[in-house]
Amino acid sequence: MSIFSITEPSGRQKWIAGILVAAYAVITLIPLLWIIATGFKSPSDAIAYPPKVMFDPSLEGYVNLFTTQTRITPDMEATLGEPDTWYERLVREKGMVIAGPSRYGERFLNSVIIGFGSTFLSVFLGTLAAYAFSRFKVPLKDDLMFFILSTRMMPPIAVAIPIFLMYRTLGLSDTHLGMILLYTAVNLSLAVWLLKGFIDEIPREYEEAALIDGYTRFQAFIKVVLPQAATGIASTAIFCLIFAWNEYAFAVLLTSGEAQTAPPFIPTIIGVGGQDWPAVAAGATLFLLPVVIFTILLRKHLLRGITFGAVRK
Amino acid sequence: MARIVIRNLRKDFGDFTAVKSSSFTIEDGEFFMLLGPSGCGKTTTLRMIAGLELPSAGEIWIDNEEVGRKPASERDIAFVFQMFALYPHMNVRRNISYPLKSQGMPRTEIATRVAEVARILGIEDILDKPVGGLSGGDRQRVALGRAIVREPKAFLMDEPLGALDAEFRERMAAELRALHDRMGATTIYVTHDQLEAMQMGDKIVVMNQGRIEQFGMPQEIYDWPATMFVADFIGSPAMNFLRFNGRVDKGASTVSVGESNLKIPLQLQGASGSLALGVRPEHISLCDTGEYRGRVIATEYLGTTQIVILDTAHGTVKARVTSNRSVRPGETVGLAFDPETLTLFDENTGRALLSEANRRVLGHG
Repeated sequence: MSIFSITEPSGRQKWIAGILVAAYAVITLIPLLWIIATGFKSPSDAIAYPPKVMFDPSLEGYVNLFTTQTRITPDMEATLGEPDTWYERLVREKGMVIAGPSRYGERFLNSVIIGFGSTFLSVFLGTLAAYAFSRFKVPLKDDLMFFILSTRMMPPIAVAIPIFLMYRTLGLSDTHLGMILLYTAVNLSLAVWLLKGFIDEIPREYEEAALIDGYTRFQAFIKVVLPQAATGIASTAIFCLIFAWNEYAFAVLLTSGEAQTAPPFIPTIIGVGGQDWPAVAAGATLFLLPVVIFTILLRKHLLRGITFGAVRK
Repeated sequence: MARIVIRNLRKDFGDFTAVKSSSFTIEDGEFFMLLGPSGCGKTTTLRMIAGLELPSAGEIWIDNEEVGRKPASERDIAFVFQMFALYPHMNVRRNISYPLKSQGMPRTEIATRVAEVARILGIEDILDKPVGGLSGGDRQRVALGRAIVREPKAFLMDEPLGALDAEFRERMAAELRALHDRMGATTIYVTHDQLEAMQMGDKIVVMNQGRIEQFGMPQEIYDWPATMFVADFIGSPAMNFLRFNGRVDKGASTVSVGESNLKIPLQLQGASGSLALGVRPEHISLCDTGEYRGRVIATEYLGTTQIVILDTAHGTVKARVTSNRSVRPGETVGLAFDPETLTLFDENTGRALLSEANRRVLGHG
């Protein structure tokens, strides 16, 4: 037994490790649990002090999130019939009626279009570029790769003002296309670098075998390289999506109506007579879901992806 | 099947020349070995024939067509890679049928062909398995299956046995040779293993530093090496060189190595200066009366034969003698060389001097 061998940790070491992991999980998960719980509280429970851990769950926050409401007088209420649905009844209990849908749905859809759109474009362009950098003789290859990386060396928001002016002139402000292009530009350097690492690891022989078997270079790329690069593409897609989905600063600056995404919208949800915290929390909770679902769907790829380069097949 | 002619083929990678003006011909149905140490340019040559590298200069003729600039997919040749390069995301059946799909062959015909190939290679039972879990030998068979299913003009193989265990290698070598004989397919096989080359090849090209050293049948190359490199590279143990300063004239049939006068085949070429007398270990016999003497350093027992390592006035010499001859380290014995097998080399050029004995093999070049 050498001192370098990997030994099974002792019982006490396992205990300590377990406690540390649990403590870390508690610290990171409590805000998340708080958000999820607040979404199901009534407005008064949400701001109660000391905070309520046990409470009567209510869907009021979710109803408020998706609707706009108007206060009515008891006389007017008497003229209305019985409420048809559970959510109307919920609103009616407060002396209000539903006036129409809120804009949360649109904003959420904008987030989906822009987030997944830019992710697709980043991964698509990134895969092609990474393949070219990996396989072909590109003049000034190292310099170009460094240049691509250098676009990430300053925080993107540092160029916010020029981009704001440029977008206004080009008519890209507050458009889906504008936001997709912007997030793609920011993500592309990460995508190229990550994907090049993955494609470098795929032996060239697979493509050469396909060339010999009568396929063109492009067919070999599609049918042999892409399936092999699935892991890298999946994990790159997750990284890109997380950035584009959560991006706040550019979204505040460049979008206001048409193409506004959910992050700048959620804090503006105003209830009647003060900030409607349950509705804000409900909006945040729903906003978390797509990335979580996307990550769970691709998690078996992601696990290997995070260790990219470290493990050879 | 095809005849392949290589003319003045050359490949440069920047300042480095991997293959220097090579020419040789592979006859239809031949099992042809490209042999040499790593970095000698044999794999680059093979890849140029396959179309995976573009030649810097020269011509590659397959049948009566010059294909040097044609893409690999249009050359109708099959390639077996050292690491097999089976498509990892496909099962065995799809791997084998993949080249047929590119030709747009109907499904039923593909199925028939794959079944036939699987039967020939004895891999019917693993057709629906993923390639990931296969043993080295099975992977090798699948890679061969993918190559033969197309019935291509030629097979190119890049050290296909290199990734296998030693015991398996011998079996696959025999299978490969049997497969070749059965299909009569032109095959070019790259290896650095001289035993493999001798065992399997109809013809061998020996390459070194991008240059062709010799081209011929295994026995010709073994018996009558054209250069000291070939003499040293082929045979285990390699050919012995007695290095000496002297001269040999055209028409001579003896040469003076130090004090001794040794009989050699009639020389058709003279030389003087640094010379080397090449003798295979099995062409040395030990005798007490021999004029040329050496002191035994060690012996290696090999079963029916033994290798006796001797120190002589002109360097270390290895002799292969029968095991029943007892030799003790430290004793001095006489050495007798079989005169008809000797080759003289000019050390300055590294080339063999032409003699009556090797003229048949080396005379044309």
